[in-house]
Amino acid sequence: MPDAGAPLLEVNDLRVEFRSGREIVRAVNGATFSVRRGETAAVLGESGSGKSVTAAAIMRLLASPPAHITGGSIRFNGIDVLGTPMSEWRQRCGRELGMVFQDALASLNPVFSVGWQVAEPFRAHGILDTRAALERAEALLGRVGIPEPHARARDYPHQFSGGMRQRVMIAMAIALDPSLLIADEPTTALDVTVQAQIMDLLLDLQRERHMAMVLITHDLGVVAEVADHVAVMYGGRVVESGRVRDVLSRPAHPYTLALLESVPRADLDQQQLNPIVGSPPDMATLPVGCSFHPRCRRASEQCRASSPPGVEVAPGHHAECFHAQAVFDGR
Amino acid sequence: MSAPANNATSAATIAAAIADTRAIAAQAEMVTVRKGLPWWRLLARDPLALCAAVWLVLMLLCMLAGPEWLGKAATDINLRARNLPPGSTEKGWIMFLGSDALGRSMLARLVVASRNTLTVAFTAVVVAMLLGGVLGLIAGYIGRGVGNLIMRLSDVVQSFPSLLLAVVVLYMLEPRVANLIIVLAVTRIPSYLRVTRAQVLEIRERGFVDAARAMGGSSTHILWRHVVPIVAPTLLTILTVDFAIVMLAESGLSFLGIGIQPPEITWGLMVAQGRNYLTQAWWLAFFPGLAIMITTLSANLLSNWLRLVTDPVQRWRLEAPKTAVKTNA
Repeated sequence: MPDAGAPLLEVNDLRVEFRSGREIVRAVNGATFSVRRGETAAVLGESGSGKSVTAAAIMRLLASPPAHITGGSIRFNGIDVLGTPMSEWRQRCGRELGMVFQDALASLNPVFSVGWQVAEPFRAHGILDTRAALERAEALLGRVGIPEPHARARDYPHQFSGGMRQRVMIAMAIALDPSLLIADEPTTALDVTVQAQIMDLLLDLQRERHMAMVLITHDLGVVAEVADHVAVMYGGRVVESGRVRDVLSRPAHPYTLALLESVPRADLDQQQLNPIVGSPPDMATLPVGCSFHPRCRRASEQCRASSPPGVEVAPGHHAECFHAQAVFDGR
Repeated sequence: MSAPANNATSAATIAAAIADTRAIAAQAEMVTVRKGLPWWRLLARDPLALCAAVWLVLMLLCMLAGPEWLGKAATDINLRARNLPPGSTEKGWIMFLGSDALGRSMLARLVVASRNTLTVAFTAVVVAMLLGGVLGLIAGYIGRGVGNLIMRLSDVVQSFPSLLLAVVVLYMLEPRVANLIIVLAVTRIPSYLRVTRAQVLEIRERGFVDAARAMGGSSTHILWRHVVPIVAPTLLTILTVDFAIVMLAESGLSFLGIGIQPPEITWGLMVAQGRNYLTQAWWLAFFPGLAIMITTLSANLLSNWLRLVTDPVQRWRLEAPKTAVKTNA
């Protein structure tokens, strides 16, 4: 048994490429982060930063071709994920790891009732027979806050609202009581009040079942509220990581700083927003040197020439930037 | 034979079925509470489907009991009642639909012929659907080498005129019922194969397949629990259209003398035999032709109804109160 202090999930320098014809898209070029039991790690990044691909790589959902994992390692609960035979890994999926997807409508099969689908993990793993599985499914639907679960279990996904559908997804993911839940933008498709309810539900379940959670999101507010650790991704790399309080209160990477400054605030009388200038990099032709330099206010010759090293600005707080210390010190 | 027209209808029906499957995904925020009616109540609500079901049940009874019940009447030759026109019961109700050139009862012959006709057509399309479906699943889900091999084999079958293939095979083998079924099934396989493969290629990229994998489902689990239930309604729709095509193909082969051999009879063979008397006794070809038409039409109507009932998103159309439907119309 691995000791309690060791991370449950450890992603180390993960690299994923998509090859199509002559073009190679390097979606993830060095993602490093870890989660301990019972903790929440957020992977924060804008669209195209490689965060969802990272999540799919952990679950081994990437179809190859076109996706190729070209480097790095993923360790879960002491085992080497990428080296495990697929059939063996599928046995662990569901039992030990669960996943909540962004688009619950697409992730539920339209031709089966939701009760049937929540019961599916029990039957796919041969744990319970159909009748017992359906009973457990109803209990789970009740647990995730679906009113009248007995009656609603017979309804189909299209008969549910967006928030209720996401609750069904969550019920499916936690059915077998996994020790790690990967939530890939679980609230992105929902409106704000429902977002809060779903996040509350996830946190409740996490505490109740002592689950670790990897939360993939682009929402700084969600990260600040729920996560213990955060890994900020840009251009397929984790550019800054550390405890949420440390990173958000005193960022050491210009990108994180710019993200924080770009958040619209209702409490200030802002005349205009502070967007990050430019657009996210084209992953097929990443700039030489630091991939953030074309949009960075501090970019120097050094940034354009070579990739910045990782700097530990404070214990457990890492940033990949030549100017990390300066940003950290507020200079 | 009206092969081009049939292909056109089948293409349209298939397209409609695929569009329906897509519509499931497109329906976003429809929240209804469903009461759930038993299937027979739903059938009663759709008069056309009900008629179709009644006709098919009747045909099923003819198929099961017909030859035993009217077998003698169908072969009894009565030279005094040759080419009797339909519509009179002078010679008994059995002659109501007239008689053929040897004075045999048309009604009895139609009933007796239903067994051969329906057995051949039904077995052939079901065999074709099962083989085509399984091969299509393999080609779509596994893809690459095996998939390409399957697709090229299907190209070979398709590039060969099906009637010519049947003629060659049946000429070399004996024209027995079993051989006829095999030939007809093989020539129908490619359409099921292609549709299945195309749908699998699309379905396997859908979110719920990823979700099933993330939950620990094996490939066979995903294929049987997630892919097949979505492909099946489309295949059933093709099956009913194909049912008509195969019945016509069988009559074509019987017409050429390499299908079912007299004294065995099928509706197709009856049409073929009646052709010689078309100017003097139109009913010889008309009634078996009508039987073919009504049966295929019923199969189509019932399959349409079945598709609505099995589709969770479309089912409300049948469950909605009658009055609401009327105000809309």
